[in-house]
Amino acid sequence: MGMSNSPGFLQEAKASYAFVERNLNLTKRYWGWELAFFVYSVASSLSVVYIGKAQGTDTRPLVLYLGIGTLVWAYLSSVFDSISQMIAWERWEGTIEYTFMAPISRMTHMLGTSLFSVVYGLLRAIALFVVLAAFVQLDLSRMNVVGALVVVLVGSLGFIGVGIMAAILPLMFTERGAEMTFMISSILLLVSGVYYPISVLPGWMQLLAKISPATYVLDGMRRTVIQGQGLASLGDVLLPLAVTGVVSIPLGVWVFLQAEHYAKRTGRLKRSG
Amino acid sequence: MVQTDAVVVDDIVKRFGGERRRILPFRRPRREQSAPVLAVDHVSLRIRKNEIYGVLGANGSGKSTLIRLISTLLIPDGGRVEIFGHDVIREEKVVKRMLNRVSVEASFFKKLSPVENLMYATRLYGVPGSEARREIPRILEALGIEPDRFNRPLEQMSRGMQQKVAIARAFLTSPVLLLLDEPTTGLDPRSKLDVQEFILRLRRDHDATVLLTTHDMAEADALCDRMAILESGRIVVEGTPAELKARAATPEHPEPTLEEAFMHFTGHSLEEMEEAAAS
Repeated sequence: MGMSNSPGFLQEAKASYAFVERNLNLTKRYWGWELAFFVYSVASSLSVVYIGKAQGTDTRPLVLYLGIGTLVWAYLSSVFDSISQMIAWERWEGTIEYTFMAPISRMTHMLGTSLFSVVYGLLRAIALFVVLAAFVQLDLSRMNVVGALVVVLVGSLGFIGVGIMAAILPLMFTERGAEMTFMISSILLLVSGVYYPISVLPGWMQLLAKISPATYVLDGMRRTVIQGQGLASLGDVLLPLAVTGVVSIPLGVWVFLQAEHYAKRTGRLKRSG
Repeated sequence: MVQTDAVVVDDIVKRFGGERRRILPFRRPRREQSAPVLAVDHVSLRIRKNEIYGVLGANGSGKSTLIRLISTLLIPDGGRVEIFGHDVIREEKVVKRMLNRVSVEASFFKKLSPVENLMYATRLYGVPGSEARREIPRILEALGIEPDRFNRPLEQMSRGMQQKVAIARAFLTSPVLLLLDEPTTGLDPRSKLDVQEFILRLRRDHDATVLLTTHDMAEADALCDRMAILESGRIVVEGTPAELKARAATPEHPEPTLEEAFMHFTGHSLEEMEEAAAS
């Protein structure tokens, strides 16, 4: 069969679609688990907002604060998990050697995986929002839609970069790498102010919060949704997020390539399970 | 006529274990290191264009490591590998475009169907989607897979069927070098013959060069133009099947089989070596 004669970058872009299509097919084939995870997300999100609702008389601001936290975290954790677990998943399926033998750049591999993760995460968060809104009243009257969208998209870049860096763990540590990425995700949940302001954390945890991109995404989302702030006043959020994205993605790919070299030198690029 | 070398393996070495390098700069190397295993020990070989070259050996003899070194999945500790004049380390992407591999495990996303798996593989190799959609059913049918199986999850197919889909995957990406790592191990006789027939067809119709590792002596005898016997990571003998058998012949036993030739050169039967490797 003939290979495409498109220019190199176009071929790479087309190849990145292979990951989008494959992940979409996997999502459809594992629909039962998708449903189960979604029901779990709905149940845990509703549990959190009902805790807010139980606090006093006018709980609408608290419910909105918690609702934003739960929705943003559902999105960010989905992006982080699908990117950081891409290697662990392929090891488990036994396809890792075939994907790494393919004549594509690692950037293409990451781009395809990230693109699917962002679109899938957004759709899932929107579905979760629709269900939440059916159960509790979320006051979105002051929401700045453009601002919120920009915060989420710019914030996604940083999370993609962190996810790529975390993906090296299953590459280097064949037995325990997947567990390590799960722990990173848990720590991000703890320190990033998902359900509470980071000011309540001990000092050393606040330092971790300062370097977590999730902290800035959550802050930005609350300011655009609750206070209706526009892009002009979000420089202190957007700048660190943009810098994190611009630095972490190329850095993540570079670190990943070093880990790939190590895995090929030590024979760790094999299936397991 | 000038013979072109499709594969040049020159004094290649690969060790596993005994790693003393630090992963992190602040981490001390562990005191007790596992003893290094020399999986491939100064192996050199040349495979000519359009040749089917066999590597025979027991489990643990280094066959799969050799295939991984050629297929860019491992970095050698010494020596070099060239595919049609391209170095597998320095020109990795060019080399990747030229080869594909079928291993003993079919290695697919088991929940996905053959068509979904093959679409993924062909997109990675830059085959246009419309062409892949047209060719996939044709090749699957040629391999004897019923059309009603094309869109069912692979996990519902037998191992023989899965291995045929793996052959189709390699075929669809038009490799000029096909690496077959025990492709028929564990298959029933019918599936084994189908796969062997397809290998010969790939060579005949697509001018492909094939490197086949196997411990099936009859298969090696039937398919290979030349072969090497690998033992403990080292090549102990190389030649055509007829040459190997002739060299193993004795006045008492003038017409040995390939199995007997294997025993002659290694001092053990394949079964004995596999039992030793397993223990």
